[in-house]
Amino acid sequence: MSGRGAVGAPVVRKDAAAKILGEARYVDDLSCPGMLHGATVRTRSAGGTVERIEFGPGVDWSSFVVVTASDIPGVNATQMIELDQPVLASGRYRHAGEPVVLLAHADRRLLREAVAAVRLHERPNPSPVFSIDDALALRGEVCPGNVYRDYRMERGDLAAGEAVADVVFEGRFETGSQEHVYIEPQGMLAQIDAAGVLVVEGSMQCPYYVLGTLTAVTGRDPGSVRVVQCTTGGGFGGKEEYPSHIAAHAALLSLRAGGRPVKLVYDRAEDMLATPKRHPSRTLVRIGARRDGRLAFLDVDFALDGGAYTTLSPVVLSRGVIHAPGPYACPHARVRGRAVATNHPPNGAFRGFGAPQSIFAIEQAMDGLARALGMTPLELRRVNLLRPGDRSVPGQPIDETTDFDAVLDQALYESDYLARREAFAAFNAGNAAAGLPLRRGIGLATFHHGAGFTGNGEVVLASMAKVRADRRGQVEVVASSSEMGQGNTTSLCQVVADALGVPLERVTQARVDTHDVPDSGPTVASRTCMVVGLILEQAARRLRAELVAKAGLPVEGADEHAFAAACARYLDGHPTLEAEARYEPPASVQWDEVVFEGSPYASYAWASYVAEVEVDLTTCEVALTGFTAVQEVGRVVNPVIAAGQVEGGVVQGIGFALFEKVVWDGNGTMANNRMTNYIIPTSADIPPVRVFFQEQPGGAGPSGAKGLGELPMDGPGPAILSAVNDALGTRIASLPVLPEDVMDALQAASAREAA
Amino acid sequence: MSEGPVLSFTLNGRVFSAADGTVPSPAMRLLDLIRLHAGQTGTKEGCGEGECGACAVLVDGELANSCLVPVGQLHGCTVTSIEGLPRNDPLVAAFARAGAAQCGICTPGMVMAARALLDRDPHPTLEAVREALAGNLCRCTGYVRIHAAVLDAAAGEGTAGGGAS
Repeated sequence: MSGRGAVGAPVVRKDAAAKILGEARYVDDLSCPGMLHGATVRTRSAGGTVERIEFGPGVDWSSFVVVTASDIPGVNATQMIELDQPVLASGRYRHAGEPVVLLAHADRRLLREAVAAVRLHERPNPSPVFSIDDALALRGEVCPGNVYRDYRMERGDLAAGEAVADVVFEGRFETGSQEHVYIEPQGMLAQIDAAGVLVVEGSMQCPYYVLGTLTAVTGRDPGSVRVVQCTTGGGFGGKEEYPSHIAAHAALLSLRAGGRPVKLVYDRAEDMLATPKRHPSRTLVRIGARRDGRLAFLDVDFALDGGAYTTLSPVVLSRGVIHAPGPYACPHARVRGRAVATNHPPNGAFRGFGAPQSIFAIEQAMDGLARALGMTPLELRRVNLLRPGDRSVPGQPIDETTDFDAVLDQALYESDYLARREAFAAFNAGNAAAGLPLRRGIGLATFHHGAGFTGNGEVVLASMAKVRADRRGQVEVVASSSEMGQGNTTSLCQVVADALGVPLERVTQARVDTHDVPDSGPTVASRTCMVVGLILEQAARRLRAELVAKAGLPVEGADEHAFAAACARYLDGHPTLEAEARYEPPASVQWDEVVFEGSPYASYAWASYVAEVEVDLTTCEVALTGFTAVQEVGRVVNPVIAAGQVEGGVVQGIGFALFEKVVWDGNGTMANNRMTNYIIPTSADIPPVRVFFQEQPGGAGPSGAKGLGELPMDGPGPAILSAVNDALGTRIASLPVLPEDVMDALQAASAREAA
Repeated sequence: MSEGPVLSFTLNGRVFSAADGTVPSPAMRLLDLIRLHAGQTGTKEGCGEGECGACAVLVDGELANSCLVPVGQLHGCTVTSIEGLPRNDPLVAAFARAGAAQCGICTPGMVMAARALLDRDPHPTLEAVREALAGNLCRCTGYVRIHAAVLDAAAGEGTAGGGAS
């Protein structure tokens, strides 16, 4: 009704100015009169028993607020899939870094001294387990059997597939852990307000998860607990589950202090030590093909290191299992996936959520199979890409809206893949002949990523969102979707503005506050734009229909003034003007979560990424010289935000591949828990990252949008490793690839040649 | 006249001095003085050890990580943090247009790093921008749009960003 729509327009983010000028308030920017600071005393051994807590001399303990497990009024467990993880450990515990004692004081210096004066008498677990192989071999027991979940996805008849395979490739692939390194460390501020409500404010992705844990831990009813999201300085999954712990800790301290405000903000070292990271993985792949390249069978044994408690590992695992076959047609397949218990701190959600690990393995296996077949990686992918009429291995029918070949074609064109592959081979041959140290390589990854909760997850969530308007025609998006940088406070408003036919300036997102916003589900899983955007679009249409029916809003041709006038007329006769909608998944999403069969996602985004590297044989350094990312994501709601998501995801993937190595100390916690020695890409490290979108119709979201945020994390790892192996003729099979790994691989390659 | 050591500097045009008690201790980190005493929270703490650049400010026009600067070193200096940057600085609009801020926690420091660059090199190359911002970590953007914003601001006007085709 107002002409050009907001959806699809590169509009400036609504939060841009406040963030650029430093006016946005993050949790550590908050302070209130009488505020105390909180701190946490943690276990040091990799599991064991806390036998005694000693409050040492030289500290006036009467001036401190002290909380231990026995002070918890409600349930001592975070409310996750299982209730196995205590909010505060007492007696037996499973990993180093578990919180045992909480302290609060107004003076931060005294607080630091007090933390150092608490001595935990720990009897350590004599045989901690730190690797997937050791856990599965039961060299030490974290929990009975050391396996949280064991999933199987079987299709066709593996033996029949093996019988017709002409060529078989087998490989073992591993990925390391990865730390989120959101630049804002985690933190919460808790207090009891004048009305007696426990208010917890902080940095988080999922306010209703935090609310669930707070009510259970404090024993309060949901009406007397309120969770408010502050401006959040990055999440990437890292602020999905752990904020519930910090909120509970801050709340317990505040309750103990009679409701005084308590701020608990981690420093970087504590944040890296204690909070979850990406699950390390090891994947065994056997894959066979007919001589012409058609896949005959696929046998995958996928395992994730879940760490010491269940947390989100079952769902990370299920996404990893479902993505393990990649975007390829294969009639006979078996994927077994296990989430394994170790004595590391629990691993958890991180952008991609299990898919980057299993996609890495299948993509590397495809390269190995191509080598065994005498085909190029491109040729093998062309033969096997899912096409309309196919069914994916999980069982999802591929409809005519999918044109993966077009995505691949554009990636080849934009990267000039074929010509560069040839040129690099010639360059390498020339340099080898001349004794020069530089080698070049190019790598290709083809992949897809399902958006939204897996399988029946969205049915269970039944997310709700609202749109409301005031007398002046100012509209608010009312949802629990947290802005953590990904742009939903702009993109969701674009969707609603178009559905109402008002200019974008009229629409803002209301503050995420559990006393005001309904539960729209957690802000995870590439679901915000697609799932919450869709219900907001429906709610906005309902609100508009209500104005047409009851306030004389013209069906066509109303401008924003007519809209405002209609809002005012409506509110003359009604107390509020709002409309809500609840998510109902499309009928096509039918999923059997026992046998892992059906259509696990409402939409997949499709992508082909090409990486180019130059390796110096003298220093073994890998320089990424080019990166091309082509993806099909349905309707692009905001091209600047979307490109920013892909660029940022790609660079996190570059870090995963080439820079970021979590080193474990003898107690199974991160030894390099500082920005000084955990290295993420800097401005000077990145190549030109070229991002292209295709917008095929049919996404399950508003205006045909699909989920986007996690997709770019999946491709860089395999594409970059393929490029390194292409440059060097090596068989590196794990990430990250640091110079020392290149050196080892070069030595292995020359030994292979000599043999 | 004064018996104790003389220590006085300006932060965003306001004088802080040991003499009048506005500098409580020469050992205090500049970051804490800015955030806790001046109450200007636009300067952020990301790591506390000079690696991330979220706390970057200008000291006499030079980029400095305020978490590593004891205020005792600042006698006679002029300190500018994000609150001291004019709202009409071309970097502000350029960052917004390009989509260079996502979560925003690195952004004030990033803008100060870019300001330090443009003050010494008003028309930098992309390579110079890449290097000048290498001490400021961003985990959201992948830096692409930040580079575009700085080049856009340097050009005075224009259209950076705009989204990939």
